[in-house]
Amino acid sequence: MITDAQPIITTRFGYDDSHTLDRFVATGGYQGLRAALRKTPQQVTDDVKAASLLGRGGAGFPAGVKWGFPPANVWPRYLVVNGDESEPGTYKDRMLMERDPHQLIEGVLIACYAVGLAQAFLYVRGEMALAQERIANALNEAYAAGYIGKNILGTDFSVDVVLTWGAGAYIVGEETGLIESLEGNRGMPRLKPPYFPAAIGLYQKPTIVNNVETLSNLPWIMNNGGEAFAKLGAETSKGMRMFAVSGHVNKPGVYEVEFGVTTFRDLIEAPIYCGGVRDGKRLKAFIPGGASSPWFFEEHLDLPLEAGAVGKAGSMLGSGAIVVMDEDTDIVRACHRVVRFFAKESCGKCTPCREGTNWLDKILRRILDGHGRPQDVDLLLDVCDNISPGINWPPRQTTICPLGPSAVSPIASAVSRFRHEFEAYVGGPVETTVHMTGAAYRAPEAAPSA
Amino acid sequence: MPRFTRENEELAREIIGRYPVKKSSLIPLCHLAQEQDGHLTEDAMEHIAELLELTPAEVLSTASFYEMFKREPVGKYVINVCTSISCFLMGGDELLEHAEEHLGTKAGGRTEDGLFFLEGYECIAACTEAPCLQVNYRYFHKITNAEFDDLIDDLRAGRRDDIPPHGTLATIRQHIAAEKAAGIASPDGGEQPVWLRDSPALQDSKPSA
Ligand SMILES: Cc1cc2nc3c(=O)[nH]c(=O)nc-3n(C[C@H](O)[C@H](O)[C@H](O)COP(=O)(O)O)c2cc1C
Ligand code: SF4
Ligand code: FES
Repeated sequence: MITDAQPIITTRFGYDDSHTLDRFVATGGYQGLRAALRKTPQQVTDDVKAASLLGRGGAGFPAGVKWGFPPANVWPRYLVVNGDESEPGTYKDRMLMERDPHQLIEGVLIACYAVGLAQAFLYVRGEMALAQERIANALNEAYAAGYIGKNILGTDFSVDVVLTWGAGAYIVGEETGLIESLEGNRGMPRLKPPYFPAAIGLYQKPTIVNNVETLSNLPWIMNNGGEAFAKLGAETSKGMRMFAVSGHVNKPGVYEVEFGVTTFRDLIEAPIYCGGVRDGKRLKAFIPGGASSPWFFEEHLDLPLEAGAVGKAGSMLGSGAIVVMDEDTDIVRACHRVVRFFAKESCGKCTPCREGTNWLDKILRRILDGHGRPQDVDLLLDVCDNISPGINWPPRQTTICPLGPSAVSPIASAVSRFRHEFEAYVGGPVETTVHMTGAAYRAPEAAPSA
Repeated sequence: MPRFTRENEELAREIIGRYPVKKSSLIPLCHLAQEQDGHLTEDAMEHIAELLELTPAEVLSTASFYEMFKREPVGKYVINVCTSISCFLMGGDELLEHAEEHLGTKAGGRTEDGLFFLEGYECIAACTEAPCLQVNYRYFHKITNAEFDDLIDDLRAGRRDDIPPHGTLATIRQHIAAEKAAGIASPDGGEQPVWLRDSPALQDSKPSA
């Protein structure tokens, strides 16, 4: 359903100077911070809990609940802002950082006030020069105006927000990898438990890690109340949310829509959004939530963009990235393209991921080069089954972080639905013995024979 | 010579001072070194090690994990053409092929004049603007072959001074004035922040300045 709900966090994108303090303040900026400071920290947290704001970084964990996790009486606590956006298909945090950096900073301050976070580190992906410049400039402006630093707005709330940046490694988007990187180390994830950041994070201290889009929602929530936010959206998916729709559509773009009620079909087909598959072609498949999510097909189009419904159908909304493939897409090549990413970006810490993703990459290359054998497809699944036993959704994990299992989704999706395309490459009928359990890996009653 | 200049050493010390633990500034300092020299030299890593009280091997251990740190000269312009899934679907491979032909070098290599370094890259978060690329981490959205050629002409002719040479990322730096700083939060012996209590920080109901 397309609703007339108004955008919350993309409202300034139309201004050329949306990144400046002048424009920000002229359009209600830093009023959310004032509203927060007129409440007690506990009231702010309660408001964010009432909003049921789900994390927008991929895992979808409720922000207010996460804020309640740091153990009492362990100080200091830190905030780490995750601006490492790099999952193929995902494009929204960069936009928020480049076009409305003050909104993000305001969100950061609100979180620090509520949870008692003594210092904040805003970690921007290394490859994003403009975002780094815009944030540096915004921080300098905000310090000069008294919004950050010592005695914010004349109160005894004081916190420094430090811009920091990476140097090219997808895995530092994973929160414990991010913390390692921020400590000056190789960005290899830590084992959870015990290293849940809220308990043992940066410098082994309680640390809240939140995504850029998550934090950008806080000013609106402070201005309008958590309940107003929770009135938007559906049962398990409240508020508005940004979705990037890319690939074979007429109008690829980033759209902020009502979470949980808008459907995939609305986004892909409606004239105000993507206006349908390119050149009137038929849809073949789409990735619903970033490169690590199992693929969806025609029969999933009417599902709402709602965490629960999408999860039940065997996939996830992940990072809000929808990638559309039309009927002419070479599925084996597309599948390899996604797998290649995970093979390149595996940090190498765990064997199933380091070895598994690289073998998947190699086997797929062999198939694409015309040297594949019919049994290679079963071999692919066998490797997948070793990385994530049962090939289920949500995936079982034999690895430290979810990157390993992420490489399984594109293969299971492609093999379960487009076996004939693999057969065409390997030149013979393909038999598979490995069982795939995930709901999205089961063929529908009438499988499209395209 | 490729230790930090006096000026950059000052800057390095300022950056180090923003973190509760010195080593946290390691990546920003490697960027600063790369900004100074165009790539990350051994001497610079040694200097960083001195400043952070680490061994050079510790600096190398971290730096070598990250793709953006180039330990060999790469030329003035690093061109990253995205070939991840969304760009792949929209002609990213063809754009990279064209770039290879036009520049006369394979992806992963330098042009003969040493000006350009070409790479096929993974997603740069511009997926709805495919096919796309970056020059020294500055974005070019929805690029056609003709536009690519024009861009290269402009870069060769020195008409793009908005794109600083490789190594320089942000041209604007954060600066925290001493009198405005809240101060670093050391992990050793912190206390509960003063504002964390049962009354609001801002008591007045009228909007303050
Ligand atoms: C391999 C991997 C990559 C990730 N990359 C990102 C990322 O680029 N940005 C992000 O915000 N979260 C990313 N996440 C999720 C983070 O670990 C973390 O859940 C998130 O930053 C928490 O913020 P949120 O609760 O506000 O969503 C990634 C997770 C994994 C496993
Ligand atoms: S699953 Fe892969 S990326 Fe994650 S920690 Fe293990 S080796 Fe590293
Ligand atoms: S896939 Fe090319 S920018 Fe994301």
